[in-house]
Amino acid sequence: MSDQQTPNTVTFTLDGQEVTVPKGTTILRAAESIGIKIPHYCFHPGLSSPAMCRLCLVEVEGWPRMAPSCKETAQDGMVVFTNSELAQKQRTGVLEFYLVNHPLDCPICDQSGECDLQDYVFEEGREHGRGREPKRVLGRDDFGGDVLFNGDRCVMCTRCVRFMREVAEDERLCVVERGNRAVIDTFFEEGLEGSPYAGNIIDICPVGALISKDFLHKARAWDLDRTPSVCPSCSQGCNITLQVRDDLVQRLKPRENLEVNGWWMCDFGRHNYEWMNRTDRTEVPMVRGQEVGWADALGDLLQALKDAKESVKAVTWAHAPNEEMGLLSGLLAELGGGEVVYRSPRTEGEVPLPGFPLLARREDLAPNVNGAEIFGFRRVGDNNSQGGLDELAGHDGVLIVVGDPIEDYGEDFGSKAELYVYLGSYQSKTASNAHFVLPITTFAEQEGTYTNVQGRVQRFWPGVRSPASARPGWLILGALVAELTGTEAPVSADQAFAKIAEKTSEFGGITYRDLGPRGAVAGKPAGVSGD
Amino acid sequence: MAYPYTHEKEVRILSKHFGEPEARTVEGWKARGGYQTLTKAFEMGRDAIINEVKASGLRGRGGAGFPAGVKWSFMPKEKTRPHYLLCNADESEPGTFKDRELLRWTPHQLIEGMIISAYAIQAEECYVYCRGEFFETTAVLAKAVEDAYEAGYLGQNILGSGVNVDITVHCGGGAYICGEETALMNSLEGRRGTPRVKPPFPAQAGYMMMPSTVNNVETLSSVPFIIQEGADAYRANGTEESPGTKLFCVSGHVRRPGNYELPLGFPLMELIEDVCGGMREGRKLKGVIPGGSSVPILNAEECADCEMSFEGVIEAGSQLGCAAVIVMDDSTDMVQAVRRMVDFYTHESCGQCTPCREGSSWTGKILKRIEEGRGTEEDLDTLMEVTSQMEGTTICVLSDSVAAPVQSSILKYREEYLARIRTGEKVGAAS
Repeated sequence: MSDQQTPNTVTFTLDGQEVTVPKGTTILRAAESIGIKIPHYCFHPGLSSPAMCRLCLVEVEGWPRMAPSCKETAQDGMVVFTNSELAQKQRTGVLEFYLVNHPLDCPICDQSGECDLQDYVFEEGREHGRGREPKRVLGRDDFGGDVLFNGDRCVMCTRCVRFMREVAEDERLCVVERGNRAVIDTFFEEGLEGSPYAGNIIDICPVGALISKDFLHKARAWDLDRTPSVCPSCSQGCNITLQVRDDLVQRLKPRENLEVNGWWMCDFGRHNYEWMNRTDRTEVPMVRGQEVGWADALGDLLQALKDAKESVKAVTWAHAPNEEMGLLSGLLAELGGGEVVYRSPRTEGEVPLPGFPLLARREDLAPNVNGAEIFGFRRVGDNNSQGGLDELAGHDGVLIVVGDPIEDYGEDFGSKAELYVYLGSYQSKTASNAHFVLPITTFAEQEGTYTNVQGRVQRFWPGVRSPASARPGWLILGALVAELTGTEAPVSADQAFAKIAEKTSEFGGITYRDLGPRGAVAGKPAGVSGD
Repeated sequence: MAYPYTHEKEVRILSKHFGEPEARTVEGWKARGGYQTLTKAFEMGRDAIINEVKASGLRGRGGAGFPAGVKWSFMPKEKTRPHYLLCNADESEPGTFKDRELLRWTPHQLIEGMIISAYAIQAEECYVYCRGEFFETTAVLAKAVEDAYEAGYLGQNILGSGVNVDITVHCGGGAYICGEETALMNSLEGRRGTPRVKPPFPAQAGYMMMPSTVNNVETLSSVPFIIQEGADAYRANGTEESPGTKLFCVSGHVRRPGNYELPLGFPLMELIEDVCGGMREGRKLKGVIPGGSSVPILNAEECADCEMSFEGVIEAGSQLGCAAVIVMDDSTDMVQAVRRMVDFYTHESCGQCTPCREGSSWTGKILKRIEEGRGTEEDLDTLMEVTSQMEGTTICVLSDSVAAPVQSSILKYREEYLARIRTGEKVGAAS
């Protein structure tokens, strides 16, 4: 590998392998780059390194003391051992210290199964503990907001304190007392209440010391299915993981993407998931009040659209994926043109995360406002995503609703329409007059993409099974467009995206493959942040 | 003289004016020859001062014994940012009480030393970080600093030389760990008093991340003599590797405990038997902690030929540290004594590093159990192993300080532990 050497790189030996990394890379990061994981608690890539957990110490040939690999940078010619007898003995020793006062209450701890203490001790800990002494008891504390503190489980890595200080820049946590009596505590009566990014400390806590009240005892970590997704709560589009048990979303966790959200997400987005578990769903295709199969429904609809004489108007919302929007736009073009309006909730002012300037809770509280704008849809309605549809409500031509359940209008919505098509996930009284009610899947149940505030197109994957015979909106719209144009219908989200990318310069040249798990901006190289 | 005890074998350079209240005033200090070295020092220039101190071989008196002149030479030669001189007066090592006396009796000696040292390292701002419990001492020093400002020895353009030196006296909150130089800087900056990872070293990025030097009170107080009399005069006392005199803080079971200023290399037994008047009536020497509780205990045989210099004590199997000599006679219950020391470190551990935070309290709990007669022989192996896991694995050396007394006592007084474990009896019956 030495032929890769440049003035800006260093080459050193790690566990017998020669490694070349950029100058200034720590040993820990260099090891990660070749797949060697050095156990650590206090180090987190998004925070400063205090080098205090003493778990990541490695042996460096010729050095009198072991070196903290999270802090020590690789130097030319250095010979480092992460797995020498000394290094292993050190880790086993430190892990024993961690257990001296740990309550070992894994059976009732929410972190169990995704706990770094459990994992490390299982890998390298002593087989039997030697501690005979009574354990120190610090007890529990309500830190406010969603955060519950269990002091006895704490490994005192201070990631939470440093997150609040360095990233949230809202210093509400500190270490009080010293030595073995040291404990994390809040400064004020309100604790973390109202701090918009405090939930992240639960994610970065390597053990079960900081746990979510919302998730408390809801599910075991190993029972959760994890699906990469995009947060639908604002136009930032934080990369997230849907964590699902029994087809119910249990919690959302941020997923690393250095170009969008780092390792973080806001509490507003984190806790806005209950609606994904709504049960008042449209389940089967209905044509003029009759349950029918999909083939019949689509056949009838196609004929009805061909027969319709009057002008077409459509409404959607900013929760619709690009594929749905793009094919809706395509359908209207085939039907002789017509305006699409959309509605989206909005709030005053952003909520930035000072320590990670790319991230802010944006003013638009829906994931795909940018997509709707790209397709030339006109925004209507107020900041609560209400009103603005009076003209459509009384439209006497073809009326197409995609996604938006329009819960703020009454039963007479669309009563004058020549043809009213409702493609929605939820039952709604405004669908009463619809000639066609076609059940579509939610973002959590399908594959698709959103375009975030930066113009970045990001993929999400299905994490929840859809009810009965709901289908993705793009599949239905794509079939209609294909029939009208005599082309091949898209049978995957990938193909649906390719179809719209052909006609939309903003998506020019992007494919699902380019997007990968971290998205891309058209015209810019695909995301390069680490996996 | 009024100072509690003196002895004719003492060589009183630093402690010459201990016990003389007038020496605390500017006038009194001047009458004793004080503040006369300043003009000389400013004329010598920075490099000459650093070279003189290097030549004197003055070693840091805070415990580590690092040569002071060499430490100063680590400071950047070109001053592009503020430099700081910090005086470590957070004297907290169990057994030591020399800085307290230096501050209490000869505060101007320290101020004079600080002005010269600050000049040498191009620092214009100096801080004295006083131990939180030093109420009286801090007040004396603060008064002396105030007087020195009034007399024109501190502030802008000292004695018309163009040299500026400001000294601020800062009182700590009472934490042992703040005597560790990087924890001291954190504390001074208003942060938690926790040691920093080195590098960067203080001379690169210390107080406020600026080049800083931290010196002990006794080190800085030694500077005026070296500048006044020269390196050779300083080297007239002490050994080749440990030149000069040193304040020995003798405590424990001797007849006349106290501060004694003696040349380094002075025999330990002569210090105990002659200078301190010997052991208490009818008691025999059991062991000595020669340098404050962080260093290994020496048993009576090891004490016999021990010379009190940095190299001499290492040869005997321990360290000179800050020369806090704790003498224990045969009435000492070694198990209890060690447990008590470990309790101290448990209380004073800052809690950052896991081996220290968890290890010290665990060690203390095991020792407590042995002391109460509920120990087992395996506990001794556990203690040895647990303390070895604490050595060299942490940011600072507090953790090693727990290991030293525990390991040395188990190796040297194993029979006492075993007696306690087997019969529950104390070997050193309290008298």
